[in-house]
This record gives sequence, structure tokens and C-alpha cells, in this order.
Amino acid sequence: MPVVHSAPKYASNEGVLDALSAALGDMVVAAREEFGEIVITVARDRIEDALRELRDNHEYQQLMEIAGVDFPARAERFEVVYMLLSLTRNHRIIVKVTAAEDTPVPTVTTLWPVAGWLEREVFDLYGVIFAGNQDLRRILTDYGFEGHPFRKDFPLTGYVELRYSEEDKRVVYEPVELAQDLRSFDFMSPWEGADYVLPGDEKVDAPAPPPVAEPKTTEKPSQTGAGDKANALAADKQSAGAPAAKDGGAAAGAPAPTDSRPKPEDKA
Amino acid sequence: MSGFALEQSPTTGDEVITNYTINFGPQHPAAHGVLRMVMELDGEIIERIDPHVGLLHRGTEKLIEHKTYLQALPYFDRLDYCSPLAMEHSYVLAIEKLLNLEVPLRAQYLRVLFAELTRICNHMLNMGSHVMDVGAMTPNLWLFEIREDCLNFFERASGARMHAAWYRPGGVHQDVPLKLLTDIADWLDTRLPRLFEDAMSLVVDNRIFKQRNVDIAVVSKEDAVRWGFSGPMIRAAGIAWDIRKSQPYDVYDRMDFEIPVGTNSDCYDRFMVRVEEVRQSARIMKQCLAEMPEGPIASLDRKVVPPKRGEMKASMEALIHHFKLYTEGFHVPAGEVYVATESPKGEFGVYLVSDGSNKPYRCKIRPTAFSHLQAMDFMSKGHMLPDATAILGAIDVVFGECDR
Repeated sequence: MPVVHSAPKYASNEGVLDALSAALGDMVVAAREEFGEIVITVARDRIEDALRELRDNHEYQQLMEIAGVDFPARAERFEVVYMLLSLTRNHRIIVKVTAAEDTPVPTVTTLWPVAGWLEREVFDLYGVIFAGNQDLRRILTDYGFEGHPFRKDFPLTGYVELRYSEEDKRVVYEPVELAQDLRSFDFMSPWEGADYVLPGDEKVDAPAPPPVAEPKTTEKPSQTGAGDKANALAADKQSAGAPAAKDGGAAAGAPAPTDSRPKPEDKA
Repeated sequence: MSGFALEQSPTTGDEVITNYTINFGPQHPAAHGVLRMVMELDGEIIERIDPHVGLLHRGTEKLIEHKTYLQALPYFDRLDYCSPLAMEHSYVLAIEKLLNLEVPLRAQYLRVLFAELTRICNHMLNMGSHVMDVGAMTPNLWLFEIREDCLNFFERASGARMHAAWYRPGGVHQDVPLKLLTDIADWLDTRLPRLFEDAMSLVVDNRIFKQRNVDIAVVSKEDAVRWGFSGPMIRAAGIAWDIRKSQPYDVYDRMDFEIPVGTNSDCYDRFMVRVEEVRQSARIMKQCLAEMPEGPIASLDRKVVPPKRGEMKASMEALIHHFKLYTEGFHVPAGEVYVATESPKGEFGVYLVSDGSNKPYRCKIRPTAFSHLQAMDFMSKGHMLPDATAILGAIDVVFGECDR
């Protein structure tokens, strides 16, 4: 497919993937080129060696960014993604490793001092441990924060909210309380392979209910199923009398009383 | 004199002066936002700085994961609120790269034009506050005049002074009136050079300004590379690296401009690189205005870019497209890209992971200030306390972007 977008154009990827795969040898787990990006996955415990090789022998001098990504369904749920930039060859590559919560990733602060904060950030937000990072404190979240907020299983709203308490004269933390549930709309089209049962569809396969022996009727108030109290009330209840007569009595539109019947004023 | 204290202060007889630690910020006017720096001082000499960032952390990247691609766009304005359109630029280019979407030429010119206007706008704020941090008041006021003009132009193009949300995947949101383009051209010829050169004439050769900036925080080329510097910070170190030039996006490859580099790699050089960048930005803008073709301002791919309002009144298909794009949004092919552009502050990157749905699976934002601020410790070591404000001003840090 020809490239028609206008995103930054750097040096050609031609042959780079093969050359780097060959150079990294058995450190490479997977390597591919997609959307004009070269993505090389390397073994976790070899990341430092791999990046040193790329920096020293392949002119990728700058580490621009380390990103964490969370795929909860995978056995090793995290990806740690290193963005490398070559100032001399004018080229970029992406190198990544996978990690679980309890498998430390070797630090690359030995290669680039800038990795210090970048690793701290991934640790703070995802809980990936970087072995050898001398200063693995939290960096973006609040002092005393618990949890790793960018994990996919961490709710968007978090667990606590804070406000200034006039009584205590300080900021207090409270469990988060939403006036309305956070709405998350599902836009997956049911025709495009939604992997859940649409509301109502669960009835299709359910067994048919057994036939009714005696059809239910509500001839008497006791059959309405409203309970004893309601039945007793219903038994006592008198029909409401006709509305009290007003000036002559006849409701508007009612036929006029015939002469054979006593008129209201005769009774009084 | 046996038993005399071994540890002797060279200055004060019997007393031993220990280092003391102070908080710089988070409410310090020279901290350029909410930055807390724990400084260890020996007298007035900085021994160690531990910047505490994250006081403005809003979880932007997490919020973006819960929005469609188009709904996530305005978050980028709110990252670096001094150069909002430059932030959007990386994001829309990342989406377009995944979609392999062609952007019409006029839209590319408009983007470059407003990206450069954003650069001027950003540098006005930074240079103004930098000179104010080191003691000068007047240039800041004059530079803010220019910034005000820029914001007015943004308002006329997008309706918003700062949070424009004007770049869209596939182009820009709306076309600009011809009068706006002619007004920008007039402004570039008259008002900008007059105000800017006037203000700079007060600063660049000023004795106090030089005393406060020359030879402050000198960074070698090797250090600049190792610490992940970009933008004016790496150019001041003498490395002619500009993503607009080396990895051109939109129509930057058609533009003729120079990359200023520093010789001494100190705070003064960083300032002067920005001064020259403003002139070069004006030059790029003039070329944009001269060459900008007529034509559509957004891709005509209706699966990404919504149709015009008028079209919706007559065409059922346009109505459906509009409805689908503003409810479900468009789907982006599964994959990952890292797109970095030259924002006024340096390399602003977006690492976008898509799972094929209508929402980004992960959107990692690469802020410029994060790596620059990390170098604050080694840049400030051995300098005086007041130099810290000059160093910080020359980094050009904005916390909306640094903390995300």
C-alpha cells in the first residue's frame, strides 16, 4: 500500500529490520515492520544488552521514551516499550519486552541517565519493577498513593477522592462516590462479532416454561394476589356515592329528569 | 589541642555549617506552574535538586483510553496549554499514520501555518517569563502583546483562544476566511517584527541578562544526547537537530528555513535559539501564505471526516455518516505507531496503540519537559540558588504537559 499520510518521514526502513535482527541474534523474540514502524521484541533479561548493542553499534543514540502497555489477558501482561532515535541515521525504532507483575525488567539507566524517570513513570503507573534502578519512587501520582492507576483493571474514577474538610481544616480522602455511574458505551456492532449475548437473546436457547394447569383469573379481589390486607379493604369498600349535587343536581350533559320521577327539590 | 573537633568549618570558627534543604515551589512564581523542587543548599550553592513532578497529573492518557479518537483530541490542547495546536499535531498525525489517510494540501499548509503561529505564541510566553525570572519586566509586557495577537488569530480560526481543537484527523476543522490570512500576512510584515525586535533590543545585549544567563548550566553535546534532550535544548548544545527538517511532516519539506544552533550550550544560547526560531517561524508562515492552494481543508474520506452541515440537509448518506462519526466514531486498524513532531519545546511524541476499535487502546504521550526537567539536577549542580530560575526558564517547562 503506498504511503499517503503526512506523518514524519525519516530514513528508509529498507533492510534495517534484517540487519538489526541479525545483529541482535538470539536476543530477538519477534521482529516485524508494520505501519512503517520497526518493532523488535527482545528477551526481557537481555534488554540492556540489546539496547547497548543498538546504541553503540547501530547509532541509536537517544532513548526518547519508555511506555508501558497493559494487556491483562496475557500471561505476562505488561509490555515495556522503548523508543529509540538515531540522530545520525535519522531513524527510529521501537524495542519492547514483556513483563509480569513479579518479573523485574533490567534497568537501562546504565546506558542512558534519562531512563531513570521514564522507568519510574512506568513503575508508578503500571507496577513494573525495574531491577537496578536506584531511585524507583513514584513520580506522577500523589504522595502515599496506592495501586497502579494505568492498569486496565484500575477504574477510571479511582478508589478515593479528596476534598477540603472545613471541620478538620485539612484535605481528607474519602471513598469515591458517584452521583451517576460512569457510563461506558459499547460501540461494537452485533454484526461484527460482539462476543456477548445481546439483551433478550438469552431467551432463545432457554427451555420453554411448563404449561399452566389452571389459567389465572381475577374475578374476585382475593384473586388479584394483592395480599390479605388489600382483600379485607376491598371487602369493606363501598362503591363511592354519586357526586354531591350542585345547584339542581344534574351533571352537565345528563338528560333532564322526566316528569314521572320525583324532582330533587320535591325531596328536600 | 588534642580532642579538638576534626571537622572544621573553614569560615566560622567553632561552628559547623551543615547543608540545608528548602522547598522551591510548588507555589513559586518562577516554578512555571506546580513544580516542587527539594533543594539541598550549601549556603547559596545548589548541591542537589530533587524535582517532584506530578502535582498536575490528571491521568490524561487513561482518560483518552475511554474516549473515541475524536473525543480524545481536546485533551491534547490541555497538555501544553501554551502551544495547544502543536500538541494536537502529533496526535492527528499518529491517527493518520495508522489509517494511512491522505490530507489535502491546503489542510497541510494550514496546519503548518498555525503550528508556526503556535511556536511564536509559545516562545513569547517562554521568553517573556524567562526575562522576568531574571529581573526584567518590560520585555514581558511587550511580548505578551504579540501573544495576544496570536491568540486572537486562533480565535478567528477556531473560535477558541487557547483550546482550539482545530486539527482533526484528516485535516482541520474549518476553513479560515481570506481576511484572516491577509491579516496574518500584514501582522507578520509590520506588527510582529516591530514589537519583537523592540523587545529583543532590550534583552539580548543587556548586561544584567547576560550576567544571569551566560555560562549558566552548560551541557555538553554528549550529555544532551544522553539525557534525551530535544528542541531548543539540543540545538543550543550545538546539534542541528530539528524534526521539521530531518523528518518532515505535512508540508515542512517544501519550506525554506534555517535551524539556529548554539555554540556555548548555556541558558543564553537556549534563549537566543528561541529568538531566532521566532524569526524563522515568521519566514515559514510567509511561505505558507504565499503558496497555500485552494481546495478542501479535510480529507474527503467520509468514514473518517464528517460531511459538511449543508450536505447533511440534502443527503441521507451524509446524515448517516455524521451520526455514525459523532456517536461511534471511526475505527482505526490494529497496530502501533510512534509519531513525534517538533513542538515549540522539543520532541512531542505520541505512541498510539490501537486494537482495531473506535477507542485508542493506549496513548502514551511523550512530553518534552519530562526529560529536560530530569536533567535539572545535574545542570544546576554548583550553581547559585537564583540561577535555578534561569535554568528552569530556559528549559521552557509547562506542567500540563510534563505531568499529563
